[in-house]
Amino acid sequence: MIVLLGVLVVVIGFATKRNPLLVVAVAGIVTGLLGGLSPTKVLAAFGEGFAGSRAVTIFAITLPIIGLLERYGLQEQARSLIARFSRLTTGRFLALYLGLRQIGAAVGLTNVFGHAQTVRPLAVPMAEGAAERRYGKLPARSREKVRAFAASADNIGLFFGEDVFLAVGSILLITGFVNTTYGTHLEPLHLALWAIPTAVCAFVVHGWRLLRLDRQLERDLLTANARPTTAAEATR
Amino acid sequence: MIKAEWFYWLVGLSFLVMAAQMVTDRGNPKRFGTGAFWGLIGAGFIYSSWVVTKQAPAEPLGVAVLVMAVLAGFGFTGRGTPRTTTPEERTASAARLGNKLFVPALTIPVVAMACAIGVKHLTIGGRPVLQEGSETILGLGIGAVVALVVGMVMLREKRPSVPVQAGRTMLEAMGWAMLLPQMLATLGAIFQVSGVGGQVGKLATAVLPEDSLYVAVVVYCVGMFAFTLVMGNAFAAFPVMTAAVGWPVLIGHFHGNPAAVLALGMLAGFCGTLVTPMAANFNIVPAALLELKDQYGPIKAQLPTAGILLGCNALIMALFAF
Repeated sequence: MIVLLGVLVVVIGFATKRNPLLVVAVAGIVTGLLGGLSPTKVLAAFGEGFAGSRAVTIFAITLPIIGLLERYGLQEQARSLIARFSRLTTGRFLALYLGLRQIGAAVGLTNVFGHAQTVRPLAVPMAEGAAERRYGKLPARSREKVRAFAASADNIGLFFGEDVFLAVGSILLITGFVNTTYGTHLEPLHLALWAIPTAVCAFVVHGWRLLRLDRQLERDLLTANARPTTAAEATR
Repeated sequence: MIKAEWFYWLVGLSFLVMAAQMVTDRGNPKRFGTGAFWGLIGAGFIYSSWVVTKQAPAEPLGVAVLVMAVLAGFGFTGRGTPRTTTPEERTASAARLGNKLFVPALTIPVVAMACAIGVKHLTIGGRPVLQEGSETILGLGIGAVVALVVGMVMLREKRPSVPVQAGRTMLEAMGWAMLLPQMLATLGAIFQVSGVGGQVGKLATAVLPEDSLYVAVVVYCVGMFAFTLVMGNAFAAFPVMTAAVGWPVLIGHFHGNPAAVLALGMLAGFCGTLVTPMAANFNIVPAALLELKDQYGPIKAQLPTAGILLGCNALIMALFAF
């Protein structure tokens, strides 16, 4: 039972807003020592953990090109492009992104979209541009909200799309674990089929929330901007 | 054969070059700490290649990781002066270049897609072109490199320091959040070997009454959800909860359809991933990348959806899996 103290360290650390790196380092050391690892084993665990998980940081490889393009006005261009599609509101655009992300993940294209390569350089400026066309400059609060929802569209699309694909890690984990532990012959196809109802629910639920974002923005912005810019003025 | 390690080296090398830029940036009052932090990560990326093949000891890397945590955790890192363009310059440049700007940006997903669909099956002399099992990493890596070349040529940018500076500015803006996912992966592994999983499994079985199907479904789904909150990863929660509740009770005792129970159980865990800061690569890193003031912004946006979908999973399981 005492090894659960490490979990407690994490919960308290995050709740009191300590620096997460320190919280995790301390929790790892505490849990490792309580779980009977020697100090050198704990150090080795940190080393092996870092080495074995480099894949989550590989997206850093896209930062130079994304940064370069932003220098030359990529975000500004994304904003002005979206302004041409006057029926595409922020919510509709993000719902479209959610759907594309889900379909992409469902056919196995999990790394085609992502926070570094598509959300920051393209989806966020487009979602913000769609709102700006209607309401003028966005106050900081609305901007935060649009960005947080753009991130959420990417995550939810990925999570509830990828399990429909047969060769994804989580499906292979299930079949691998159950087939070796319990001697069954589960087929990835059956698992993937059972992921479809939830995938549909995810699109409906989050898509609906994204569409509602438009109304929330409208409420926030009409009170924030005393004089709302009309659509005609903003699109010129 | 193109190997994933090459791209780890490339990332490590660019971190090292960026670290050198950080140290020489006098606009950053904490330039030495910042340079040390990213230099260690860069060196660690390269050294790791020999750790994963067990040709080098992992302990020195462990020490380096803890030093990184201390550097970032006690505020020894900071941000330098970004060498970039003004908003006016960007607007003018966007007007001049127009939609051409999207070409390099879209090169990344297009190449990644091509690798995932086509190049994956290519072989030269009977050996696959891409290292097996690493196709998604390779697709992203190759896509980024090709996009960089396309971008440099298209923008007639001859100075390689410009994209490196641009990338460095983004790294400094993200700060410690970049390292958090790897730290958490480590913590998950330590939890595993220390037996945290088994303890949580025991707790779950302890609250489970003998013969109520609906309670068992809820315990399995909520257990997956809660355990994922703690571990930051449904993959770690799955074997534990399945061994404790999913297999013996739902499939063994109540004769549930294994594919349905297990697939929906995993998806219930994914709902947990949406709302935990422990899943930093999905929730905290994007907040840093999108320059949000509230690092929990994405989690707050996802919370209602995650709650509803957890209910959906339990409901679908209860109605259709038995």
